[in-house]
Amino acid sequence: MWKEFTKGLFRENPIFVIVLGLCPTLGVSSRVINALGMGAGVIFVLLCSNIFISLLKNFIPNQVRIPSYIVIIASFVTVVQMVMQAFLPDLYDSLGVFVPLIVVNCIILGRAEAFASKNGVGASILDALGMGIGFTLALTVISLVREVFGSGTITLFAFGDFDGVVRIPGIVDSPARVFVLAAGALLVMGYLKALVGIIQEKGGKG
Amino acid sequence: MSYLGIIITFVFINNFILTQFLGLCPFIGVSKNLESAVGMGFAVTFVMALASFATWAIYHLILVPLNIEFLQTITFILVIASLVQFVEMVIQKISPPLYKALGIFLPLITTNCAVMGIALIAVQNKYNALESFVAGIAAGLGFLLAIVLMSTIREKLDNEWIPKPFRGVPIAFITGGLMALAFMAFDKALLNNLLG
Repeated sequence: MWKEFTKGLFRENPIFVIVLGLCPTLGVSSRVINALGMGAGVIFVLLCSNIFISLLKNFIPNQVRIPSYIVIIASFVTVVQMVMQAFLPDLYDSLGVFVPLIVVNCIILGRAEAFASKNGVGASILDALGMGIGFTLALTVISLVREVFGSGTITLFAFGDFDGVVRIPGIVDSPARVFVLAAGALLVMGYLKALVGIIQEKGGKG
Repeated sequence: MSYLGIIITFVFINNFILTQFLGLCPFIGVSKNLESAVGMGFAVTFVMALASFATWAIYHLILVPLNIEFLQTITFILVIASLVQFVEMVIQKISPPLYKALGIFLPLITTNCAVMGIALIAVQNKYNALESFVAGIAAGLGFLLAIVLMSTIREKLDNEWIPKPFRGVPIAFITGGLMALAFMAFDKALLNNLLG
């Protein structure tokens, strides 16, 4: 059971290893808080859709399974949209079109088809949590690299006197803006993927 | 905004892949050779044009009058999924050779963020029916342009020596990054210079 959870974190990490769900990954990773918000949204949708699909797997006819999965996923995405708009309007605005686009995130449909439709509820929950957290981890790593080098800050949640922005001395005055731009996202992703490849190969040999 | 303005915006300035990160999965996945890149590019353009028009109609003629705009996400994805299915059947019936060329790409398009993206953006920008349709075509052509450029670069890269960890996907991302840098030359100023 335990390995259903841990496989998503590293060995089958959805972003770095399977390379799925790229659009939101690069689109929202210019600030750490966006990455965390996106991650939370994806974990929620993935968890709910995996639970529902594994419960309903014996009732959904095989021919219409993909449309059914899409409807289930889209309903939960709408929930996320409405909750985020009501309680975190700033985050909702900065994620923009990428919130409704969770619906076409290949990770979610991929897990529904490859895992939840064939396994029990317990295993599907662990799979969803593992994949969701793995996605969030990868997203956070990418956004940390981009925000630290591109803006010299780390934006987190604001509470009390703390405005939520950690400024890194030395970089904040003259950041390398390219990291925040579209080109930087693709370059960072390429180098990180290569790094993951090296780590995998080392792990495979040892 | 004029139609020409919309075309220039979506093909160059806001190129879906290189500036908005929409449609990255096929951009990386289906750009290994020119032939499949062209097939994918045209299939996406075709579906995007139809989808942006169809979702405009559904949104303004059904969702808005009934005051149920919150169902946008669900209806759009259903419209796109059924549209893709429909297009697949029609092409199969009318033109088997075209189906043979585009067939394998069509099912993949349902989960292409670019199609859903243009539907959402057209609504967000409050385009009218024709503007939505033009924006769909233009965004599709932008996708075609990017994926064709990418595939020809990757075909050339196949003949070069690349450090082992960078082979395959990583070098594709870095290539894409450099293309995005080049596309930064297209900005709002281009639009102003062309259209005044």
